[in-house]
Amino acid sequence: MRIAGKGLNAGGAPVSFSFDGTIYEGREGDTLAAALLANDVRLVGRSFKYHRPRGILTAGSEEPNALVTLGTHAAQDPNIRATTQELYDGLAARSQNAWPSLKRDAMAVNDLMSPFLSAGFYYKTFMWPKSFWEKVYEPIIRRAAGLGAISGVTNEDTYEKAFAHCDVLVIGAGPAGLMAALVAAQAGADVILADEDSRMGGRLLAETYSVDGREGADWAADIVARLMAMDNVRLMTRTTITGAYDQGTFGALERVTHHTAATQAPRECFWRIVAKRSILCAGALERPIAFPNNDRPGIMTAGAVRAYLNRWGVAPGKSVTIFANNDDAHRTAVDLVEAGVKVAGVIDSRADVQALGDYPIFTNGKVVGTKGRLGLESITVQHSGGTRDIRTDCLAMSGGWNPTVHLTCHMNGRPTWNDDILSFVPTDGAIPDMTVAGAARGVFSTHGCLEDGIAAARAVVDTLGLDAVAVDTPSADDSAYRIEPLWQVEGKGRKWLDFQNDVHVKDIKLAAQENFRSVEHMKRYTTQGMATDQGKNSNVAALAVLADATGRGIPETGTTTFRPPYAPVSIAAMGAGAQGHGFAPERHMTSHQATLDRGAPMIEAGLWYRPSYFPKQGETTWLESCNREVGMVRNTVGICDVSTLGKIDIQGPDAAAFLDFVYCNTFSTLKEYRVRYGLMLREDGHVMDDGTTARLGANHYVMTTTTAAAGQVMKHLDWVSQALRPDLDVRFASVTEQWAQFAVAGPKSRDLLNTVLDADIDGESWPFMACGDVSIGGIVGRLFRISFSGEHAYEVSVPARFGASLFRQLCAQAEAMGGGVYGMEALNVLRIEKGFITHSEIHGRVSAFDIGFGRMVSQKKDCIGNAASQRPGLLEAEREQLVGFKPVDKAEKLTAGAHLFVEGADAVRLNDQGYVTSVCHSPTLGHDLALGFLRDGANRHGETVMMVDHLRGVKTLCEVCHPVFFDPDNTRAKETSNG
Amino acid sequence: MARLIANTPCAGLLPKTIGSVSLSEVDAGVVTLVAPFNGQQKAVSDALKSAIGVGFVAPNRCVGTSPRVMWCGMGQALVMGVDCPDLPAQCVDHSDAWAIVRIDGAGADAVLARLTPIDLRASVFKKGHTARTLIGHMTGGITRLGAQSFEVMVMRSMAATLVHELVQAAENMDARAGLSA
Repeated sequence: MRIAGKGLNAGGAPVSFSFDGTIYEGREGDTLAAALLANDVRLVGRSFKYHRPRGILTAGSEEPNALVTLGTHAAQDPNIRATTQELYDGLAARSQNAWPSLKRDAMAVNDLMSPFLSAGFYYKTFMWPKSFWEKVYEPIIRRAAGLGAISGVTNEDTYEKAFAHCDVLVIGAGPAGLMAALVAAQAGADVILADEDSRMGGRLLAETYSVDGREGADWAADIVARLMAMDNVRLMTRTTITGAYDQGTFGALERVTHHTAATQAPRECFWRIVAKRSILCAGALERPIAFPNNDRPGIMTAGAVRAYLNRWGVAPGKSVTIFANNDDAHRTAVDLVEAGVKVAGVIDSRADVQALGDYPIFTNGKVVGTKGRLGLESITVQHSGGTRDIRTDCLAMSGGWNPTVHLTCHMNGRPTWNDDILSFVPTDGAIPDMTVAGAARGVFSTHGCLEDGIAAARAVVDTLGLDAVAVDTPSADDSAYRIEPLWQVEGKGRKWLDFQNDVHVKDIKLAAQENFRSVEHMKRYTTQGMATDQGKNSNVAALAVLADATGRGIPETGTTTFRPPYAPVSIAAMGAGAQGHGFAPERHMTSHQATLDRGAPMIEAGLWYRPSYFPKQGETTWLESCNREVGMVRNTVGICDVSTLGKIDIQGPDAAAFLDFVYCNTFSTLKEYRVRYGLMLREDGHVMDDGTTARLGANHYVMTTTTAAAGQVMKHLDWVSQALRPDLDVRFASVTEQWAQFAVAGPKSRDLLNTVLDADIDGESWPFMACGDVSIGGIVGRLFRISFSGEHAYEVSVPARFGASLFRQLCAQAEAMGGGVYGMEALNVLRIEKGFITHSEIHGRVSAFDIGFGRMVSQKKDCIGNAASQRPGLLEAEREQLVGFKPVDKAEKLTAGAHLFVEGADAVRLNDQGYVTSVCHSPTLGHDLALGFLRDGANRHGETVMMVDHLRGVKTLCEVCHPVFFDPDNTRAKETSNG
Repeated sequence: MARLIANTPCAGLLPKTIGSVSLSEVDAGVVTLVAPFNGQQKAVSDALKSAIGVGFVAPNRCVGTSPRVMWCGMGQALVMGVDCPDLPAQCVDHSDAWAIVRIDGAGADAVLARLTPIDLRASVFKKGHTARTLIGHMTGGITRLGAQSFEVMVMRSMAATLVHELVQAAENMDARAGLSA
C-alpha cells in the first residue's frame, strides 16, 4: 500500500512491470520488492526445501526469500533479489521453485512431510543401495529442492572486467562512509567510494533521523554532490565489494545495466580495485527472531519496514505489529504512526520500556505463534499481562543488528564477540591497511557513525603522509543502543533461522545432539548459512542456538569461515570478454589471410593458427589432400609457413660457450654460416626441446625452437643466464615475430628459389646445412638449407612485413612448377617417414638415450642435464626406446596412443612393452607408419609386436624397424648437383 | 625476381573511432632492440646520446619522440625511429616484431583500464612512462604519450586480438556513456 506523498521517490514517474504475468504499476526509484509491496503482493516465492510460502524479509542484498527470475531464453537471469532489483518500465519478473503456481505449489507436500525431512535426513535415509545415491536419489532431491534455473543456452549479453587504483577505498556510503570519503578526499587522497545501492546514503535513506538539522537523505545527497565535484574522487554506485585479497586488492561487482531495459552496455562489470588503504563502512544487518512460524509472508525485519515506509512510501501492511528486543521496535512504531499506519501492538521482550507514541505496548512480550497460510493474518502474543491473539498483516521483527564484518574475515581473520551489542565486531588488523568505521564495528548511533568515519579517515590520511582538513562532526542522534538477549522463543511450530535453506532451531539442536558440535560441522550438517545469502540473516542466531545446545558460550562456539564473494557474482562477469575470440589471444602468421582464402581448415598450435591442409577442388577427405601434398614435396616442391617456430637471436663474446652449456652437443665448433641440429636437456637429464641453430658470425647465433616450447626455452635461457652462468657475457632476444619464414621443400626447391632470389644459388654455394643472407627484390632475407621433410629443402625468411607478399609469390611459383602449398598434416607425414621427432616423442619423460641420441650428449664439456642423464636407470637397455613400426599386413591401421605387447600375451598393464606416439599413412610407402617407444627397442628391429588400442578397438601385428623409414642415408636432403 | 610488398601488422583493421576514442596504427620506423653487453651500459648510453641525442633509458621510461628510446625489459631497450649506430651491445632488428596501436581521446585511460592491471592514474603513470604488462591475455607494453594518449604494443602476430580487445573495451565504454543514471 502506497502512502500518498511519502518516500524519497514520491515524485517518481509511474513504471509498469509484471510479476508472474500480472501487470502492476510501480514508480521510478522503486525496487521490485517495494513495488510489489506497494501493490499488496506479499507472497513472492517458495522456500528451498519445504516449498513454504515466503514473502519479502529485508530491503537489501541480504534477502533470502524474495528471489525472482528476470529475462527469458538466453538472457534468463535467476535468483535476482527483488530487494535490490531496481524497477524499470517493462520489467517482467517470475517467481521460482513453484509448480504449477506460486499459490498452489504441488511440492508444498514436502512441508507436510517435514518431520521426516529434518537435517541429515538424506544421509540417513538414502544410504541403501549405495549405487542409488548418484543415479536415483540425488537427481530426485535436486529436482524437488532448488532455486531458480539457468536457461542452458549460451548467454549473449556482454560483461566486462576492469581495474581501478586509488589511495583510499571507502566501502559503503552511509553516514560513516560519506564522512570518511569526504575527509580523505579533502586531504588530497585519490578516493573510491563504492556502495551496493543505486543511491548513496545508507540507512540515512531509510530512517527519519536528521543530520545537521536537515533530513538525513538530503544531507547525504549534499555530501555526494560535494564528492562528485572533486577530481580525486570516484563514486561507484551499484557496486558491491565482494572480496578482500592480498596487497590491498578488492574484488567488486558493478551492476551496470540491471536497472534498465536491455541496452548495448555490459550487464555487469567485475572490478579489481587496488587500494593503498581501505575504510570499511559496510554498516550492519538486522537479524530476525526465531519464534514459531516466523517465516510467513508479511513478517519482515523492522529495519526493512522502515526502509519501505520512509524511502519508498510503502506501508507493508494495514495493521502492523512489531516484535523486538531493542529500541528499533519503538523507532519503527513511531515512524508508522507518524505516517498514519495503524500499529496494532509493539511486543518488546524487555520489561523496562515505555511506549514513545500512540500505540499499544506489550512488555516482557513474545510472539509465540502466527497464522495465515499465504500471508500473515494474526499472531499470538505472550506478555506480562497474559496471552492474546492480535490480527495483523505485517509483523516487523528485530533481534538486533550484526555488524557487516564479512570483508574483514576474507583473509582468514575471525571476528570478536562484543557483549554490549550481542554480536561480533571486526578484529583489528584482520586485513592489512583496512580500518573499520561506523556500524560495521558496532557504532550504531548516527552521530557515532559520522564521528567514527571522520576519525578513521583522519588516521588513514595521516599514514599516507597527507594532512587532514579539520571537519566538525555534523549534529545527529546519539542515543544509546539498548538490547537484551533473545535468540529463540519456545512454542509450537518451527522456529526458522535460515530462511533460504529452511533450517530451523530443531535442526541445529539435532546437529548438536548427533555430535556435529563444531560450528563448521553444524553448517554442513544442516546447510545453515549456505546458498546465495550465505546466512547473512541467520549466522549469529544459529550459532547462538548451537552454543546453547552445546552448553558453550557464543565466543567459544565461534563463527564459520567467511569467504568471498560477499554477495553472488555471476560467472559471466568473472569470465567477461573470454567468449569467442576473447577466449585466448590468436597468433596469426603473415600467411593467415592467404591460407584462409585457400579454404584451409586451421588447427591451433599453442596460440598459433596453422593450416591443417589445403583442399583442392574434388578432394573430399583431408587424407586425399594430405597425400597429394606429401607427393608434391617428394616429387616437385612444396611451400609451408614455418614462422611459428621460436627464433632466438643470441649475441655476445660468450655466445658460443653459452650454447655449449645449454645444448648437449657442441656449437662452439660450428663454422660461420652453417647450421647444426641441437638437443637441449632439462636439469633432470630428460630432453627439453630440439631445433637447429645457425651461426651468423663469430659471436652471433640464431636458435630455433619448436613452436610449442618457444616460451619455455626463452625462460630457460633467462634462468641459465641469470642464475647459473652470470659469468658469461651473452644476450638473447626473441625474433620469432620479426621474421616470416617459409619452408621450400622438394627436388625443385632450388629452382623455385632461383625464381625469387636476386642472385641464383647452387649446390656449391648452398650445401646442406648452409645459411646466410640473401636478397629478395632488394630486401635482405635469410636462407637456411635445412630439411624437416628429408627432401632437398630450404627455409627462407624475410622481415614479417613482407611475409604475406613472399608467401603468395612462393605459392604461385610452386604451383607453376607442379607443386604447391602444404599444411600440418603433410608436414607430419613427411617427418614421420623420415623418423624426425616432435614433442609427441620428446614428451618430457624421455632421455637422449631413449631417442637414440645418447651419443649426442658430449662428454667433452659440461652441459645442463649431462650429469643427471648419466644416472643409473636412465641408460639401461631395458628402457623403452624409439623405434618405427610397420603393419605386417600392409592394409592394417596403426593408431597413436596404442600400447605394445608381445604377440600372444594378454593386453594388460603388466605385459605392457611400450606405446605408439605418432602415426601416419605414408603415401610414399603405401601403408601406415608409426613411431613409438618399445622396451629395449633398439635391439629388436625385425621382431613383431602386437599393437593394441583398447580405446578404439584396434589390434594390429607390427614389425619393429629403424625409426627412419625413408631415405635412411639422407641423400635427398644432401643433394649437391647444380642442375 | 620477386617484388615484395610490405604490410603493416594492423592492415585492414585500423583506424577506428569509437565514441570519444580513436585507435590508429603506429609506424615506429626502424626499431632496434638494444641489450648492452656486460659493463657496457654507460658506453652504450654515451654512444647513443652522441649519435641520436637520446641515451639508454631507465626501467619503465621512454625518452624522446622521434627518435626515441623505450625500455622494454631487463637490460633491454628499443631504439625507435632511427638507424641504430654500432654499439657494444646486442642489436637486433625489431622493426617488424611489434603491432603498435595508439589510443587517443577522452576516456582512453578508462578503455585501457578494462585490459591492463597496471595503475594508469596520471599521477602515477606519467607522460614518458612505459610498462611491460598484460593487455587482456597478452603480454605487451603500454606507454603514455599524453593526457589521454597511449601507445599499446604486443607481438605482431597478435595484432588482430589486440584490435579486437581494444575495440570491445571501447565499445563497452561508449555504450556505458549512453546510460542514464
